[in-house]
Amino acid sequence: MPVRKDIKKVLVIGSGPIIIGQAAEFDYAGTQALKALKEENLEVVLVNSNPATIMTDKFMADQIYIEPLTKDSIKKIIELEKPDSLLSIIGGQTGLNLAMGLYEDGFLKKHNIKLLGADINTIKKAEDRNLFKQTMKKIGQPVIESKTANTLKEAEEVLNSIKLPVVVRPAFTLGGTGGGIATTKEEFLNIVKNGLLYSPISQVLIEKSVAGWKEIEFEVVKDSASNTITICSMENVDPIGVHTGDSIVVAPALTLSDKELQMLRTASIKIVKELNVNGGCNCQFALNPNSFEYAVIEVNPRVSRSSALASKATGYPIAKVATKVAIGFHLNEIINQITKKTYACFEPSLDYIVLKFPKWPFDKFSYANRNLGPQMKATGEVMSIATNFEQALMKAIRGAEINQETLTLKEFENLKDEEILKGLEKVTDKRIFLVFEAIKKGVPIKTIENLTKIDSFFLSKLKNLAEMEKILTSEKTNKNSTFLDEELYVKAKKMGFLNKTIENLTGKKIKNKLNANFKMVDTCAAEFLSSTPYFYSTYDEENEALSLDENLKESKKVLVLGSGPIRIGQGIEFDYCCVHCIWALKKLNFKAIICNNNPETVSTDFDIGDKLYFEPVQFEDVEEIIKTEKPMGVIIQFGGQTAIKLGLQLKKANIPILGTSFESVDVAEDRKKFDALLEKFSIPRPKGYSVFSVDEAITAANNLKYPVLLRPSYVLGGQNMVIAYGDEDVYEYMKIITKNKLENPVLIDKYLTGIEAEVDAICDGKNCLIPGIMEHIERAGVHSGDSISVYPSQNLSEEIVSKIVKYTKTIASALNVVGLLNIQFVIHENEVFIIEANPRSSRTVPFMSKVTNIPMVELATRVIFGEKIKDLNYGEGLIKNNNYVAVKVPVFSFEKLNNVDVHLGPEMKSTGEVLGVSNNFSDALFKGLLAAGYNMNYENKKGVLITVRDKDKPEIVPIAKNLKNLGFKIYATKGTANFLNKNMVSCTEVLKAHESEKSRLNLIKKIEVDLLISTSYKTKVQNKQKHLI
Amino acid sequence: MFTNSKKSATLILSDGTKFKGETLGKKGTTIGEIVFTTSMTGYLETLTDPSYYGQIVMQTFPLIGNYGVNFSDAEGEKPKLFGYIVKDCCKTPSNFRSKESLEEWLTKNNIIAIKGIDTRKLTKIIRENGVLNGAITTEEIENEEEFLKKIRNFKIKDAIKNCSTKETKILTGNEEKTNVICLIDFGVKKNIVTNLKKRAKKVVLMPHNTTKKEIEEINPDGIVLSNGPGDPAENIEIIENLKEIVSLKIPIFGVCLGHQLLAIANGAKTEKLKYGHRGANQPVLDVFLNKILITSQNHGFYVLNNSVNEKIAKISHINLNDGSCEGLKYLNIPAFTVQFHPEAAAGPLDSNFLFDEFFNVIEKYKINKLI
Repeated sequence: MPVRKDIKKVLVIGSGPIIIGQAAEFDYAGTQALKALKEENLEVVLVNSNPATIMTDKFMADQIYIEPLTKDSIKKIIELEKPDSLLSIIGGQTGLNLAMGLYEDGFLKKHNIKLLGADINTIKKAEDRNLFKQTMKKIGQPVIESKTANTLKEAEEVLNSIKLPVVVRPAFTLGGTGGGIATTKEEFLNIVKNGLLYSPISQVLIEKSVAGWKEIEFEVVKDSASNTITICSMENVDPIGVHTGDSIVVAPALTLSDKELQMLRTASIKIVKELNVNGGCNCQFALNPNSFEYAVIEVNPRVSRSSALASKATGYPIAKVATKVAIGFHLNEIINQITKKTYACFEPSLDYIVLKFPKWPFDKFSYANRNLGPQMKATGEVMSIATNFEQALMKAIRGAEINQETLTLKEFENLKDEEILKGLEKVTDKRIFLVFEAIKKGVPIKTIENLTKIDSFFLSKLKNLAEMEKILTSEKTNKNSTFLDEELYVKAKKMGFLNKTIENLTGKKIKNKLNANFKMVDTCAAEFLSSTPYFYSTYDEENEALSLDENLKESKKVLVLGSGPIRIGQGIEFDYCCVHCIWALKKLNFKAIICNNNPETVSTDFDIGDKLYFEPVQFEDVEEIIKTEKPMGVIIQFGGQTAIKLGLQLKKANIPILGTSFESVDVAEDRKKFDALLEKFSIPRPKGYSVFSVDEAITAANNLKYPVLLRPSYVLGGQNMVIAYGDEDVYEYMKIITKNKLENPVLIDKYLTGIEAEVDAICDGKNCLIPGIMEHIERAGVHSGDSISVYPSQNLSEEIVSKIVKYTKTIASALNVVGLLNIQFVIHENEVFIIEANPRSSRTVPFMSKVTNIPMVELATRVIFGEKIKDLNYGEGLIKNNNYVAVKVPVFSFEKLNNVDVHLGPEMKSTGEVLGVSNNFSDALFKGLLAAGYNMNYENKKGVLITVRDKDKPEIVPIAKNLKNLGFKIYATKGTANFLNKNMVSCTEVLKAHESEKSRLNLIKKIEVDLLISTSYKTKVQNKQKHLI
Repeated sequence: MFTNSKKSATLILSDGTKFKGETLGKKGTTIGEIVFTTSMTGYLETLTDPSYYGQIVMQTFPLIGNYGVNFSDAEGEKPKLFGYIVKDCCKTPSNFRSKESLEEWLTKNNIIAIKGIDTRKLTKIIRENGVLNGAITTEEIENEEEFLKKIRNFKIKDAIKNCSTKETKILTGNEEKTNVICLIDFGVKKNIVTNLKKRAKKVVLMPHNTTKKEIEEINPDGIVLSNGPGDPAENIEIIENLKEIVSLKIPIFGVCLGHQLLAIANGAKTEKLKYGHRGANQPVLDVFLNKILITSQNHGFYVLNNSVNEKIAKISHINLNDGSCEGLKYLNIPAFTVQFHPEAAAGPLDSNFLFDEFFNVIEKYKINKLI
């Protein structure tokens, strides 16, 4: 059956800002869904608050609303647009929850709106824990013994029937927010308390822990004729107990016999049929490793992170097929886009394996609790494709950009056996490396398996890698030959070692370097002829990548480097830029080749580029692609620091970098060179030095006078950046940063307070086009990515604006920037200082492209290929402001991480962003804050708690006064209270956390306080009291 | 001339293409027809499936042997295939049912195998050229031309005879059931037997050349024609027997080769597919139910769609990849047959209900006879 006749206009709800547990995968799914709907000529209305997405590009739907994802705003949109149906399965948990909320308000019924994909019964059966259990019982599917509780008292009673350890899962939250495993009663009560708070319906599920069982997932697609197929099985290397988003995952499942696999496949199909999902569904199982016993853990009747992974792993576009199915198609009516010969109703067969490795934000949060459990902590992930596990893991490790080429982690090398054994029991982001160290030290596989519950199949593969590393290292002492044995070399390459690593480990030169050969991902293990331009590297015989485009002129090929895994500081924005670059290249009649390793993104959808190489964005891997493709050049300016980082090596290898040259990037990054350039043009910048040692740092800091800003060079997202207020801060910082040998210096700048402004410009080497100037609400010192950004600027005088424009133009031409340029300024005592200039795309490019309607990446790409700014027809210099105000508000994921300082500083902490647009500033800001999830409803005003450091006290007086006038009750800690009371603002004094456990914390816990105003003194140093807040 | 070192093995195709790999299992030389299966699990089921008689089977999935060998998963007593090709064979399997590694099992069962070759390249060669003969050898081949000639001349012979039971065996089924089934063994997979035993009181396993008279003596409630190896049209004696057996008007259920043989006995023709259907992901449309089944398949021949006389049988199942006939429902006799494997093993269980369907037919037929 083709499109249902009763569907004409569809509302699609996106997933909103990127947060831990809900990331770029929903842009990927959303983009596919919108394309699928447009193909059927349906009218499509989209609502999503995240501007950094491809799905919110204006040509993706007929009407796009970048509005807060709240029931109220969606209701308004529905009243205005009058859609006849709502696609509920694309916007993650956010979309599903909103769809359910609208239904329960009776709003959908009132407006005659059909739910497509998952209807209300489906959603309820999957999401309501009790209903889910009943449903599973009805179809004979085993579930883990569990009970729900709505109060702490109820929860305590549950412990009478279900014994500890138990898992606590709050209802209706994503990524397991607020959940945890409890082994003691105290832990239990703590987690339950939290869980009840986080659950929108104040409900937690308490279940028997099956920690240690295998965790297996199936991605299933079903149509309205009940045809049901499984796309992919996946196996978590880390057993049950670790959130699947934090686990290393392989596809297909590798340790299951056909009998076990078919048992779970059959169960998945039964479940999806019973839930009556018309679309995609994810089923998670726990499987006892010692029997056929299993239990259904969770079912998600929507696209998910796992479905994105399964799509990339198999080449089967789940979101697209799910959408087609949701609007009425049957699986045998949808053509398989890969083979173009077969239909969507088949199950992919793989002739490779896929491995997913999570990317955690712990490098940003030095003091965060690194333990992994049922609450997801990873911000992103990488995927690798290979024909063996060893190679897949090696590719993933180096692609995760954690400074690892092998599994040997320096800090573990000197651990004693008992320390290792003890460490193995704890699951952290580093455990896989500790396991590797244990294997290298000769700890028996069986022992490790008992401690970690990681299947010995995987441990044996790690052992193969450890043995290879040992053999390679032992070559160092083998003086018989200066060259490496060829057979050993080939073996190492097939296991995924880089030439560089092999030469380093062996101390020997490689005589004949092997070239990688690329294989196609085709959904069918080569059974049918396909022409998917989707490849991965192997060291097998045949190179398939070349057979596709024999008639392609090499001079017309361009390689675009992607931005790797999503992390704090380098998120979906850079993928947005890469995708637009590819589209621009296609328009310009180039063949666009993309290299990236992030399974969640749009750029790694096989039909975006002319060719996709799913490979780590690391030099040797990229070099192999270049050897095969011989492109005319490489574009690195859109892939964030991941791509920019490769500039030097590309340059050394004589590979042309298209656009801004490596030299220009280097001038911008190199303190001395950049200072010289600024001096030459009399552009002021905060005084600063570059240093390598603690002593140098202390001297420099004292010369500059505190406060000073410390940061390493060549980083993005302000990684490891702090403000130091005294020598002890500098000592602490330098101690941490010099733990590893410094390749690049640490930069120390005078920290200037003032308004921060930011510019993104497109430059052709001479002239530039500045779409607009953004002003940050937070003062300088808070990382630009964490600041609320306002366009157009609200508080800058004409004189300041013209200075900003002048400096931008000067730097653009001095650096000979060809493409994009981002500059950050601080306005201090009416003077404009440059904080930094980056000749590459930035986090704000999607935001500015959207609010100014200037296709910045496309223009930058055209400039890269020789067009001039003046011929682009978008004007020159600063473009006139539009008649509206746009506010970009950062979104944080603090509730997912423990022991993290929530105060903002120079190091970026936000994971995503939302946009608020209106015709005046305050409305735009209000919308932005609402979209970011701040509860802006203060009808029943309670109180505001203020605790600020001494230097901020004068500034807080007028703010407190205003709040008081608005009707808030003011609470303050001792010092602040004294100051406020002295200055005629009456307030109630409360004790500091360390002064009394009960006072301040209890106040917040009881939610008597709506707002908390706190400024911190320390930055990196953990201050327990703060976190208790 | 070409040689092999102690650890190496060579796969040579009839067109002379060579793949260098490592030896696995028994050493020596084997010649056979090379086919590939895309099934990602169930390697033991594949290795012991008698339908692979005369063939050298390649696994397109690269990691084989991960969960070791558990004898209870075997589909036949002895492996019937002539050789085995994998990309990688796991030395350290892990599974609670694993008794030994696949490598050990291959050696014990005298299977000549090769690992470490570019299996995807080989798959593409088979896909483009159609199935072809080849050899795996760990020995020195002095005269390559002669060896190639031998490879080219290889033909699968007496396939069914080498796989079928020699004598009739009575197998006890489910005490609670009443029906007696005659299962004609052309190289039956164990899981067909298991599925029948679950639903019948007694299963009589009979040799491939069973005659109408022999069946009449048993007077079964139903007849099952099993899967098996080789070119169906070569089995003239069996086909003649079947022509007579159908006149008994006893409900018949045919699987794979059984499906092809009954079709030929009813005037249809079979033809060789370019490279066969072998795997666990073949989509099949049930024409009557308008329902898609994901099926397990292993066949090199198929019943030509347009050779089926519409007055005799209707095409009940169609392969959604290439439109080939996957099942027949007979109009003049109480029989239905399928090209795919409802018993799976390895593969999805979507079509397992066909066994129930067969027993429903038997019951209905009994009632009809009474009326």
